[in-house]
Amino acid sequence: MVSKKITPARILIYTALCLWAATTIYPFIWVIQNSFKPKGLIRSDTFSLPMGDKFTLENYLTAFKRVDIGSAYINSLAISGIVTVVVVVLAGLAAYGLVRYHFRLRGFCQSMIVASMMFPVFSTIIPVFRMENSWHIVNTGSVWLTRLSVILPQIAGNLSFAIIILMGFIRSLPIDLEEAAYLEGYSVFRIFFRIIMPLAKPSFATVGIFTFLWSYNDLFTQMFFLRSKRFFTITRLLNEISSQAGTNYGLMVAAVVMVVIPVLVVYIFLQNYIIKGLTAGAVKS
Amino acid sequence: MYKKKGPLALFLIPTFTFLTFYLYYPFFMNIYNSFQQIGGLGESGRGMNTPWYENYLKIANDPLMRTALKNTMVLMVLTVVFQVGIALLLALLVDNIPFGGKFFRTVYFFPIVISATALGLLFNLIFLYNGGMLNQLLMNLGLIKENIDWKDPNHYFLTMVLPIIWQYVGFYFVIIVTGLNNISEDLYEAAEIDGATGLQRVRYITLPLLRPTLCTCLVLAITGSLKVFDLPWTMFVGGMPLDKSWLTGTYMYYQTMNMADVDYGSAIAVLIVVLGVIISRVANFLFQDKEDY
Repeated sequence: MVSKKITPARILIYTALCLWAATTIYPFIWVIQNSFKPKGLIRSDTFSLPMGDKFTLENYLTAFKRVDIGSAYINSLAISGIVTVVVVVLAGLAAYGLVRYHFRLRGFCQSMIVASMMFPVFSTIIPVFRMENSWHIVNTGSVWLTRLSVILPQIAGNLSFAIIILMGFIRSLPIDLEEAAYLEGYSVFRIFFRIIMPLAKPSFATVGIFTFLWSYNDLFTQMFFLRSKRFFTITRLLNEISSQAGTNYGLMVAAVVMVVIPVLVVYIFLQNYIIKGLTAGAVKS
Repeated sequence: MYKKKGPLALFLIPTFTFLTFYLYYPFFMNIYNSFQQIGGLGESGRGMNTPWYENYLKIANDPLMRTALKNTMVLMVLTVVFQVGIALLLALLVDNIPFGGKFFRTVYFFPIVISATALGLLFNLIFLYNGGMLNQLLMNLGLIKENIDWKDPNHYFLTMVLPIIWQYVGFYFVIIVTGLNNISEDLYEAAEIDGATGLQRVRYITLPLLRPTLCTCLVLAITGSLKVFDLPWTMFVGGMPLDKSWLTGTYMYYQTMNMADVDYGSAIAVLIVVLGVIISRVANFLFQDKEDY
């Protein structure tokens, strides 16, 4: 539909778009570039490229020597991975039930979900801590119990958003397919796993990606429940480094890069999924 | 087929168990806590405060709380205007280009996936007084003679607000672009045949049809600005400079964790929720009722 001619207006549009793109890309290029320079240069010669005698791996060596990055990655992956899987399955089931079934408390259930999005984590964290404390899953010294104590509140915190997104998508699916399947003798669970899930795959992917990233980045909950170094996730570790590094700006940039790089890689690979999900929905309607 | 309600319970029970135990119970417990005396985190209350609304009196008379409220309100207005505004502008622009749309979407969205802790550190280095990236840039360009202290009382607010706004523009951008994609091409073609200019098309087709999407963005931006925590917490430790930069979220954490005043922290959290509900209700009402298109 949009023509491919180059007009002055179009050049202006591209300039504006590129300017904003520069603000979102350049800070990351800048931090990566400086992580390979001797720490003194960051504050005196920040725009030069790390080449020749300006190139060093010193910052990364310091970071690896001082902290246990490897186990932090594993902790992050275990926690956020489990949170994501549980949220996607539970939110999918709930969204499906809320869209397709008509029952007396439906309106109430839906407003319960929408209202819970309003609760800031600040307003629930203290009682949650006390509750988990009374179940003896906080500060136990056991890896899996400690992980569990972070996983449970994070699942609850991500469910409502996921349900709302999935409800929107499931509502837009034609009901005919499900009816046909039902006449063929499919149970509702089979319909959910065989028809709804494959059809709504793009929005399940979107929900999954969001949940994973929010869980990975959520410092507030992790600060409350991860006290011992052994259990630190990558975000929690970064917070620790930032308070210990003092004026060692080299260590700081290296730490930032090590937190950002895995997310960047995951993002580049899964971005296709998000975009496909968004545009597929649009094409269908 | 959806008449038999048997399986419904299995669909809903796990989710609502989570919501009940991890959101609703703690939420109401927190309101109750705000009237109690609590010695420390993880301890239960030792009885009611005297008078029972003591913490709310304290909120009303706490000058730092007033600073936090004022800052949060200003932040909220700026967030709504600039975050959603810039996102809408960029989305309308992207809608008019033949290629590169996907690239811009990818790039704009990127800051959202990065943890605010990492961004806080990054911006600390950018806004550093002695040899920060911004000061070096301005020096090299010859725009300033001396380093600017971006966190002093004259600059702190901008320094705090810019990264917050910047980070989430891409989020609203993606939502709005999706909304734009849902607008049928036929409408635009019809408008073109009728001789509508680009701006007229935006005014009479795009914006009215985008209203529900924009309304969603508005509510998300309002509640989002009440939840801001990580970025100001890493960039402006302890309300610096001179207790001027508190937001409701950071002040609540500070009272709970650093001052160990758990029940006062709970009361602030209650206030945050009440504000969020009232303001987004009002915004929703104002925005949806106006039928001037």
